Amino acid sequence: MLVARGVTVAIKGKTLLQDVDLSLSPGQVLAIVGPNGAGKSTLLKAMTGERKTTGGEIELDGRALWHWTTAALASRRAVLAQSTEVVFPFLVSEIVTLGIRRNLTAAEQYRLVQRALVAVDMSTMSDRVYGTLSGGEKQRVQLGRVLAQVWSHGCTYLMLDEPTSSLDLSHQLLILRLAREHALSGGGVLMILHDLNLASMAADEIVALKDGNRIASGAPVDVMTDDLIAALYGVRVQVRGVPDGPFLLPQTARLPG
Amino acid sequence: MSAGGVAMPAGTGAASARRGGLMLAAGAVLLVAAIVAALAIGPIFIAPADILAILADAAHGIRPTEGIAMRDAVVVLDIRLPRTILTALVGATLAVAGAVLQGVFRNPLADPGLVGVSTGAAFAAVLWIVFGGMVGAFLPQAVLAFALPISAFLGSLISTVLLYSLATREGRTSVAMLLFAGIALGALAAAGTGLVIFVASDQQLREFTFWTLGSTGGASWFKIGIALPFFAALFVGSFWLARGLDALAIGEAEAFHLGVDTQWLKRLAIVLVAAGVGAAVAVAGVIGFVGLVVPHLLRLSAGPMHDRLLIGCALAGGALLLLSDIVARTVAVPAEVPIGVVTAIIGAPYFLYLVHRNRAALGG
Repeated sequence: MLVARGVTVAIKGKTLLQDVDLSLSPGQVLAIVGPNGAGKSTLLKAMTGERKTTGGEIELDGRALWHWTTAALASRRAVLAQSTEVVFPFLVSEIVTLGIRRNLTAAEQYRLVQRALVAVDMSTMSDRVYGTLSGGEKQRVQLGRVLAQVWSHGCTYLMLDEPTSSLDLSHQLLILRLAREHALSGGGVLMILHDLNLASMAADEIVALKDGNRIASGAPVDVMTDDLIAALYGVRVQVRGVPDGPFLLPQTARLPG
Repeated sequence: MSAGGVAMPAGTGAASARRGGLMLAAGAVLLVAAIVAALAIGPIFIAPADILAILADAAHGIRPTEGIAMRDAVVVLDIRLPRTILTALVGATLAVAGAVLQGVFRNPLADPGLVGVSTGAAFAAVLWIVFGGMVGAFLPQAVLAFALPISAFLGSLISTVLLYSLATREGRTSVAMLLFAGIALGALAAAGTGLVIFVASDQQLREFTFWTLGSTGGASWFKIGIALPFFAALFVGSFWLARGLDALAIGEAEAFHLGVDTQWLKRLAIVLVAAGVGAAVAVAGVIGFVGLVVPHLLRLSAGPMHDRLLIGCALAGGALLLLSDIVARTVAVPAEVPIGVVTAIIGAPYFLYLVHRNRAALGG
């Protein structure tokens, strides 16, 4: 279990996150949604150990996060950050290799890199220089690197900050399928998504943040309501449903005022 | 990279392995050729075959074989060999230090000579030479021998730490701040060096150009001996850092997520760079651009993965400085041109080219 209790993050008197609870279990896909500046990335960074909290506690598998060494954390959770700037001319396959545990044989490393590149649909571009790729391709390579870490270390938790932001429709669906596969194999997935339809499709639980506060959480069918969306974004829409879950059409939106 | 028996099919990983292996082989060949050339070329030309015979005889502890002039043996063993070894080691150190520093700053323009790290070392070395006598009497003999490289190491360390704290905020280094802060620190240290040399008596210091443009002309086995532990620390330590530097190249946060203790990594890297650069400056003065040109060319040819990059830098850095030294001591016979003049003639245009390519990041 990855648990946040009453987490507060404040910088220079500005509160980014206020008393937020969150709990991620193996087998679960959890999506965090909310408007820009709601504190979604701050919460994710706090839960990875990257960002120090000013209050509350975060526990990974029953131990406070700060008890874990950096190396031990890397064998329990893998993280895809929002934007990654690579400074030197790495090849795609080299970036993915960085995710792999050190003490594997060259043959095992090679197989894992292959598998990760196939999983993110980048296997034909393994010899390309990373800097020459498009935004969506870069995002998939980074996810491939994260998957290589998950598979080589056996990480339980996968934490993704807007993994679909630069992707086309088919690759958005691919990422959601990878997230579900990870959960089915006993892992827990925490991801920030802006697209409410994707979140509703992919997640077992949705947590909605606004102004650093958790304002709703639960199954998509319970959270995705006209009122919540109005409260989150100030936009009135009509949420509809199909047997698989709720969805909304932006065409039905009415902006306030 | 690839273990025996693992066939790398065309595609994943093949290009990476290919561009690594070939360039390292080329670097090794180049270094050997440069060593032979450095031993052969000079006021007296000595044939490579004779050099091999002289070295073999010396290795067996016997007097030179018949047919080899005693004079040639003396020239090779007592004059050119220490200079060649020192030059190769200094070149390798500067290139490896450049690659590590660029990894820490996540910036290909961070050359120890350009950003004030070498000048800081020179200032501290000059301070020791002039004022060290005051405290030298209280130090044990064994420490005293290493006092010069230790001083230069400390000067280099202080410069690097200052540079890092000025140019980096929350793990992000601004290119402009790195260069501006580096220029300012370098200018300050160079002014300090100039001032100390100006007020010092001639006996205490060799000429100013040694500290500003470098020379391996004063090479001796003693100099090699006092600098070698510092060079070795950099070589051994940096290969240990290689994987962490790879991770750092894709981001501070990403490296942390991959299990790298980035604070520790950067601290160790800065200490190792300061050790290598400090010792290099103590024995050969300030030689610029080797740490800029070599890592950059190697990243383009052998790739940026640091395990290969650092080996390649050691080989090619040694070769480049040896070739520069041959030019430096032959182009104006009987005088010697400072070696830093040669490396600057090669390196400065290359630096301009890099700046031009990075002009967007520099705001130009």
